[in-house]
Amino acid sequence: MRFADTRLEPIWEKVKSDTRLDREDALTMFESDDLLGVGRMADHVKTKREGDRVYFVINRHITPTNLCVLSCSFCGFARKPGQAGAYEHTIEDMVAMVKDETREVHIVGGHHPDWPFEYYERMIEAIHHARPDVQIKAFTAAEIDYFWRRWKIEPVDALTRLKAAGLQSMPGGGAEIFSPRLAKLLKYTGKADPERWCEIHGIAHSLGLKTNATMLYGHVERLDERADHMLKLREQQDRSGGFVTFVPLAYQEKATQLVPRQTPPADSLRTIAIARLILDNFAHIEAYWVTLGEETASVALHFGADDVNGTLEDERIQHLSGAQTPAGVAREQLFRMIRDAGKVPVERDALYNVVKVWN
Amino acid sequence: MLDTIRRKLEAGERLDRKDGHWMLADAPLLELGALANEARFRRHPDKRVTFVIDSNPNYTNVCITDCQFCAFYRKPGHPEAWTLTVDEVLAKVESAANAGATTVLLQGGHNPELPLDYYLTIVRETLRRFPQVTPHFFTASEIQTVAKVSGLAFTDVLDRLKDAGQRTLPGGGAEVLSERVRRRIEPKKGGPGAWMDVHREAHRRGFKSTATMMYGHVEEIDDVLDHFDAIRTLQDELGGFTAFVPWSFKPNNTLLEKWIKQHRGPNAYLRMLAASRLYLDNFPHVQASWFSEGKRAGQIALHFGADDWGGTLFEENVHRAAEYVNTITVEEIVALIREAGFTPAQRNTEYAILRAY
Repeated sequence: MRFADTRLEPIWEKVKSDTRLDREDALTMFESDDLLGVGRMADHVKTKREGDRVYFVINRHITPTNLCVLSCSFCGFARKPGQAGAYEHTIEDMVAMVKDETREVHIVGGHHPDWPFEYYERMIEAIHHARPDVQIKAFTAAEIDYFWRRWKIEPVDALTRLKAAGLQSMPGGGAEIFSPRLAKLLKYTGKADPERWCEIHGIAHSLGLKTNATMLYGHVERLDERADHMLKLREQQDRSGGFVTFVPLAYQEKATQLVPRQTPPADSLRTIAIARLILDNFAHIEAYWVTLGEETASVALHFGADDVNGTLEDERIQHLSGAQTPAGVAREQLFRMIRDAGKVPVERDALYNVVKVWN
Repeated sequence: MLDTIRRKLEAGERLDRKDGHWMLADAPLLELGALANEARFRRHPDKRVTFVIDSNPNYTNVCITDCQFCAFYRKPGHPEAWTLTVDEVLAKVESAANAGATTVLLQGGHNPELPLDYYLTIVRETLRRFPQVTPHFFTASEIQTVAKVSGLAFTDVLDRLKDAGQRTLPGGGAEVLSERVRRRIEPKKGGPGAWMDVHREAHRRGFKSTATMMYGHVEEIDDVLDHFDAIRTLQDELGGFTAFVPWSFKPNNTLLEKWIKQHRGPNAYLRMLAASRLYLDNFPHVQASWFSEGKRAGQIALHFGADDWGGTLFEENVHRAAEYVNTITVEEIVALIREAGFTPAQRNTEYAILRAY
């Protein structure tokens, strides 16, 4: 492989020989002009691991409430009690949201001021009881930490009880960017800090729960903070090994206008590629199309991503066609993204068991 | 194969159909993109990306050519058919000029009711009243239509347009320059020769023009290569093309929609763009079509060999008729180009720089 930026050559030597990349390598790749050079190395790694396979899951996001005791600067979603637009779902509401063909529910919500832990436990129990075939991925490490802050329930106890109620895995949210500087600047100090976030994922892994990890990028963070975030996740994965997928989340500028515009697609493609190269102990890197947009997500499948997620309730999917089931429409759209990239769509469940290869 | 192509590119050797076939069918996308990016920087060493402030109004939607890919036209006598008067067209040019446009790309259906004088008056009056605007008017098939309607040779029409002051032609109406494809999707428009002859004779007369390609319908790789070969050969002869502009066919509200439900996506676009940059070695510019492929794909395309962002397209009705709508401002173009890591520069129709940012 030849590079427009020769600084990538020693990195490529490491990649070819499966040598772990270091912080300097990550910074070089973030600073390099050679976007396609970084992308080609990531594509090499992705292809070696997964061939032409690209995964998707038919899932349903459930957000129990938008009431939240926190006021993170990047969040346009949270509401205070009594504020316009605030809502709280009942357990019955949430059970009804799980449609036929849903294979995974993804439950993440605000840090509700009053709901007791038992409410969350009952929520999982009820969904699991109603739809035992559906895998439940619920509650970020930030929420698990909040159960401790609010109700003094140790994470190991919370996760043990939730697992008994039907929880199968944990989403990767609440990580934001592992940076004390940004936690202060963006007012998320009231949330699980990087050590706590990693600790809770480690506990989940020790209980046999698989989890994901995210990174919120494209706001006011520095590139070295992105690199450090990835390295911290890699260390934790070395320790506990239960992370399945890394999901870089592009900041949606419309929410709170920390920056005037969404970060450009080249930045997202580069970040995904670097994640694939740095996170050598993560099985999957996701191009979450809902935040990236269809075009960028589709192109990202050449930049190291091997998963596009796939959600049912998104309006862009629902409005495409009236004739089919929502899952059918969702699949068709995901196929288009995957096949345009020349890849093979593989439908998976929450734990990456293959449901069907859509040749 | 990648090494063969790289060797040829480094030796300044021309790529052949076999290379073209591999690039369009099998080449790993990012390897292809990296080669195209290198070729782009060999030709344009600085990180400049140009754009033009322009508008694409239409003078009529009346058309007798019944192309299967077109959602814009109406047959003569159709209740939704319309034709603008010369004054109405000039009002559109005026509003574009007031918005800062330096190019107006005017095109329309093949309307048998319009005399030669209609076209010539629009050119003359545009130049007289809006000297800052370049009249980038009438695609090859419109010029063929004018010739037929007025009983002249198309070369005479070109001469008359030149006398009226026109110096550039838009490249639309090429679709895919392949006998097979054109017979299938636009049988009344003539073979590739109908488009090529107009551009050849225009270039002989000193006109500059662009070459476009609309892909993503019934074409196969050989058809695309026919297209590439045709315009590359003509460019060798006369050098009159400024840019190559590919875009994907949008099926909504067209006759082809029955068979083709979706437009081709960004990866197919990036491949086409990169392959064209490499194959069309004698074309100075390759345009990233934010308008037809979306702004995100447009930004990514700047890393795959494109060096031009196209225009503002204040008004556009042809994609709109196929329910595909994108709008942009100059400020946003400047921001998008910068974000992608390039330096924006405003150009005119013939790619001369008007303003560097």
